[in-house]
Amino acid sequence: MLPNRDGYGHGLIELGAANSEVVVLDADLAKSTRSDWFADKFPERFFDIGIAEQDMLGTAAGLSLGGKIPFATTYGVFVTGRAWDQIRTTICYSELNVKIAGAHGGISVGPDGATHQALEDIALMRVLPHMRVIVPCDAVEAKKATIAAANVKGPCYLRFAREATPVFTEEKDFFEIGKANVLKEGTDVTIIACGPIVYEALLANEQLAAMGISARVINMHTIKPLDEAVVLQAAEETQAIVTAEEHQVAGGLGSAVSEVLVKNKPVPVEMVGIQDTFGESGTPEELVVKYHLVANDIVLAAQKALARKIK
Amino acid sequence: MYTQSLEELKKSCKDVRGDIVKMTAAAGSGHPGGSLSAVELMTALYLNVMKHRPEEVTWPERDRFILSKGHVCPVLYSVMARSGYFPVEELLTLRKLGSRLQGHPSSKLLSGLEVSSGSLGQGLSIANGLALSAKLNKKDFRIYCLLGDGELQEGQVWEAVMTAAHYKLDQVCALVDYNNLQIDGAVESVMGVAPLVEKWQSFNWHTIQIDGHDLSQVLAAYEEAKQTKGKPSVIIATTVKGKGCSFMENVAGWHGKSCNEKELQIALDDIYGKGN
Repeated sequence: MLPNRDGYGHGLIELGAANSEVVVLDADLAKSTRSDWFADKFPERFFDIGIAEQDMLGTAAGLSLGGKIPFATTYGVFVTGRAWDQIRTTICYSELNVKIAGAHGGISVGPDGATHQALEDIALMRVLPHMRVIVPCDAVEAKKATIAAANVKGPCYLRFAREATPVFTEEKDFFEIGKANVLKEGTDVTIIACGPIVYEALLANEQLAAMGISARVINMHTIKPLDEAVVLQAAEETQAIVTAEEHQVAGGLGSAVSEVLVKNKPVPVEMVGIQDTFGESGTPEELVVKYHLVANDIVLAAQKALARKIK
Repeated sequence: MYTQSLEELKKSCKDVRGDIVKMTAAAGSGHPGGSLSAVELMTALYLNVMKHRPEEVTWPERDRFILSKGHVCPVLYSVMARSGYFPVEELLTLRKLGSRLQGHPSSKLLSGLEVSSGSLGQGLSIANGLALSAKLNKKDFRIYCLLGDGELQEGQVWEAVMTAAHYKLDQVCALVDYNNLQIDGAVESVMGVAPLVEKWQSFNWHTIQIDGHDLSQVLAAYEEAKQTKGKPSVIIATTVKGKGCSFMENVAGWHGKSCNEKELQIALDDIYGKGN
């Protein structure tokens, strides 16, 4: 068990050593986001901008214009919400090489409550031209995603989670931005998930198997550009889809997958995620149960999708 | 880069003013008022002060210019054209379909622009980031950033003002076009920003107050900013919105509309003298 923000911290350290152009900015949350790990090792390349997200994104834009690869870091809810126009007009419209890291994505942030639980960040970033949106599923993948983001040109949004969650991918596993990973093959239904909830999808796969249902599990770590081929193949071969995310189903992974399907291969889709509501305080464990984001909820959604299959 | 003398700059300012009213008239829209107030600041910058190479836009040592108040791109396009970035005739494509000269600047379309802008309040942060990159790379290029006085109502500007002072970014030179008018009326009646000099000083900036239409003062201010070490500088230039066109001067309504044919003729007579 590790928080995937730790993967971000490790990724930054590796990048810092490998590439002197990498710089990191934070908005007074360096300890929490793990950007302080980079700051300790490369203090001259770390800039705390204070509690000023808009200025941080603009400063990051300027650093990129000067040839640097800036990682602008704070909580996902603030970086994508408060600085959205800076990301849109300055960074995406100019197609600048700025990496944006949103920590504390999802309702599992816990007791801090609704104000600090990013549940709209994927949607906000996904609509922006030139933006890539990456949601790693565990700490190992988070590190790979961080490094991969530095190695592509253009704006990227990386979403990390606060809580320690199971680490189920390995260093040697293939990772490429925009290429989904099929974790389990299956023929009856496909579960497409992003972020730590992918682990719940794997548990759901086992529960479904016990019921005699063969569920494919896809780790869709990149929401944009979406791996459309893998989605369409799943629709073709299993004829039913479940999406799972710790985010509003409107505008997030569920929407992204549905957009591809309705244009090409309409099959039943069930969406596990936040259903048009804000979060609240509670332990992460309590919240994911209350908001229907655990394996059992995915199983129920799969059964619904199966029942809706066009015979 | 050819450096113009004071007399040449005076003449260039007339041409730039002429460009602004002509290109906005041709477009049928645009922002002449705040473009005309910044003519001396911008003409002196591009044709005398900045080291830049219009023939080599990616020259790493170049000074950078960030237009934070993106709507006054007519003045920027004009000084860019007149320093050789593109033909002066292209100015008349402003705001037209397919033109590189977008209604607000797009760096993806027009090389020579550092960054796109148009949503106010963002430029100074970008200038700071460039200055930080210069410090890391031990480069001594300077970064100029033009802001409107109404734009100072945007909170991000003051975040960036803090950042520049905090990191002692003496390569940054902010220019405030203090024409005291914004769309809804006088800046002080819409949302007061005074006292500007005291505000910037209290944020630990070096302030230089000038008449923004006096080219000698403009040139001296740029030099003073360049000599100031250990803190960023701001040139607070008192200006007249619509300067040079009698019917536009100090009229808020000329913030965002262009001349018709008759008005254009009067404007050009005002700028160049009747019969010229």
